[in-house]
Amino acid sequence: MEDTLYIKSYASIENGKISVDGKTVFESSVANVSDFLKESVRHFGIQYPKFFKMDNLSKLAFLGSELVLKDNPNPETALLFANSSSSLDTDVTYQESIADKGNYFPSPAVFVYTLPNICLGEISIRHQLKTENSFFIFGAFNPDFFIGYAENLIETGKAANVLCGWTELFKDDYKAFVYLVSSEGKKAHTKQNIESLYTN
Amino acid sequence: MKKDVYISGMNCITPLGFSVEENFDNLIGGISGIKRHENEMVPNAYFSAIVEDARLNAEFAKKSSSGSYTKLEKMMILALCPIVEKSKSDLGTRTAFLLSTTKGNITALESGNIQKAQLHDLAQTVADFFGFKSEPIVVSNACVSGILAISVAKRLIQSGLYDQAFVVAGDLVSEFVLSGFNSFQAMSDAPCKPYSKNRTGVTLGEAAAAVLVTSDASHANARILGDGSMNDANHISGPSRTGEGLVLSVESALKEANLPANKIDYISAHGTATPFNDEMEAIAFNRLGLQDKPLHSLKGFYGHTLGASGLLETVIGIEALKQNKLIASAGFDEIGVSQNVNVIRENEDRFLRYFLKTASGFGGCNTAVVFEKEGSFGE
Amino acid sequence: MEALKQELKEKIIAVLNLEDVQPSDISNTDALFGDGLGLDSIDALELIVLLDKDYGIKLTDPKEGKNIFQSIDTMAAYVEANRTK
Repeated sequence: MEDTLYIKSYASIENGKISVDGKTVFESSVANVSDFLKESVRHFGIQYPKFFKMDNLSKLAFLGSELVLKDNPNPETALLFANSSSSLDTDVTYQESIADKGNYFPSPAVFVYTLPNICLGEISIRHQLKTENSFFIFGAFNPDFFIGYAENLIETGKAANVLCGWTELFKDDYKAFVYLVSSEGKKAHTKQNIESLYTN
Repeated sequence: MKKDVYISGMNCITPLGFSVEENFDNLIGGISGIKRHENEMVPNAYFSAIVEDARLNAEFAKKSSSGSYTKLEKMMILALCPIVEKSKSDLGTRTAFLLSTTKGNITALESGNIQKAQLHDLAQTVADFFGFKSEPIVVSNACVSGILAISVAKRLIQSGLYDQAFVVAGDLVSEFVLSGFNSFQAMSDAPCKPYSKNRTGVTLGEAAAAVLVTSDASHANARILGDGSMNDANHISGPSRTGEGLVLSVESALKEANLPANKIDYISAHGTATPFNDEMEAIAFNRLGLQDKPLHSLKGFYGHTLGASGLLETVIGIEALKQNKLIASAGFDEIGVSQNVNVIRENEDRFLRYFLKTASGFGGCNTAVVFEKEGSFGE
Repeated sequence: MEALKQELKEKIIAVLNLEDVQPSDISNTDALFGDGLGLDSIDALELIVLLDKDYGIKLTDPKEGKNIFQSIDTMAAYVEANRTK
C-alpha cells in the first residue's frame, strides 16, 4: 500500500518566505508575524474577512492549507495537524487579560483560540471539509507518526486525501509545513522525502 | 484483515474515587462530585467537581516522595500506576504513550513558567515517571481529546507502529478555564442538568483517566469496533444546528464496526448541558435513529472534565457493560430538547453488549467510538 | 448621540477585527448580525464585554443582547440610557 501514496503538493512558510511545491511564491521583510500573515493573504488575493479575526496560529495554518488546497479541492480530505507549542501563543495573551483583577475583561474571542484544533475548524469551514480532523503536540516534527496515521486514514477508507500540517508558532517564531497525501502525484510518500521537504 | 484492538486495563482518579470500583459504586449510589465553591479564581461563586488535594497527596506519597509534580501530573500518574504495574509489559519503542488534555499545566502561566505550560513537557514528565521509551503523543483536540485518544491508539496499533498504547487523559479546573467559560456565558448557576428543560449551562470538573489499548486479547474488557471523528465545518464555537459532524462520526464508527444502529445497547453521550450542545445531540441521535436507545451524560456527576471527559466516560461505560447496569443521568428532570431522546431516569440492570461513546467540542469537532463487551456470546 | 454612534462604529470595527470595514460603511439602521454586517455569536459575546469594559454595563443574559445589538441605533440608545461610565 505504501508505494501507492504520494505527496501531491506541499507548501512552507518560514522566515518571511512562502514556497509552494519548492518554488518561492512570496517574500517579505515584515518581522511581525501577524503583519506578515496579513500581508501574505492580501498578496495572494484571498478574500476571506474571517481571516482577520483568527489568532496567529489559525492564520498560519489557514494560509498554509490555502496554498495547497486551492488547486487540489476534494471534500474527502482529512486534516492531520501538529505542532510543538500548542496554542500557547494565544494562551499567554488570554492569561494577561485575566491577570489584573482591576482590569479584568476575559475575551471570548481570544479564549476560543486557546485550543490548537480551532485552526482545523477554520480550515474545515473554509473548504467545507466534513472530515476526520485531529491535532497533536510533539516536542519536534515527527514524520513517522504523520506517515503511519495518514496511511491508516486512507487505507481504512476514512479519507481519500490527508492534508498534513506542522504549524508551529510562538510569539514571532513560526514555521508551517503543509503537504497533501494522496493516491495521485509524483513524489513518493516516504520518510526521506518528507524530511527533506521539511528541512528545505 | 485489520487487527482487533482492545481496551484492557482501566482506571480513573476523580472527586468520586481513586479506582473504577469506587467511582462506579458512587455513580450507582447517585452521588455527585459537584459542589459549590467560592474563591479568588472568579468574581462569583460557582459549582464544580474538584479532586481533593489532601487525598491526592496522601495517595501520591505512596508512589513517590518527590515534591516536584503538579496536581495534574500526580492525578495522571496515579491513574496510570495500577495499569502499568499490572501489565508487566515492556515499555520499549513498540509501546506508545498517549496523553490527552485540553489545557494541561496551564496554571504554570500564572507564574510566567512557559516551559511548564508546554503540553509536551507535561507528557515527558509523566512518561519519565514510568520510563516509556517512545516519544509521547499528545492529543489536544478540545473536548473530544479523551475519546479521540482511544481512536488514535487503535489506529496506530492497526497501522503497525505499535503493539500497545498506554493512554492517559486529564484536565483541571483553573482560573483560566473558569473565566473563559464565564466569558462565553456558558456556566451554569447550579449543578448542570444535561438534556433538562431548565438547564443553564456547563459545570466544570477535574479528573484523570487511563486505559491500556492493545492488540492482546488476553485481559481485554472490551473491543474497539469502530470510530470516527468528523468536523461540522460550520462554526468554531457553536455546535452545528443539524448535528452534521456528530451524525457523520457515528455513521463512520458504525460502518467500520459493521453494526446496524439498532444493535447499540446504550449511549454515553456528551451532554454538557448548554442549551445548544444538548439540542444538537438530540437532533443527531434522531437523524441516526438512535432516539430510543438509553442514553446518559455523566456531566451531572463529574462536571465537564474537558479533555479527560471522553476517556473517563469510556472507562465508566465499559464498566457498565461489564456489570450490565445502566446508570441514571444525574441532574435530569424534564426533557428539554426539541426532539426526544431516551434519557436514563433510574438505574437499571440490563444485559449490555454494545456501547456508543460520543463527544463534541469547540472547533466543530466530534468523535464517536463503538465498543463491544469482551466475552463469548454464543456466535 | 451622533458622536456616540460614530464611537460605537469605531469600537466595533476595532474589537471585532473587521478589517477593510470603515465606520462610514456601517449605517445606523443596518442589521449588525445575520445578513447585515455578518457578525456571529462570538462577536455578540465580545460586544457584551465591550459594554462592560467601556460603558460599565453588565449584561448577564446573552438573550438581552439580541435586542440591544440589532443596529447602531438600538445599541447607542441602550448605552445612552444605561451607561455608568
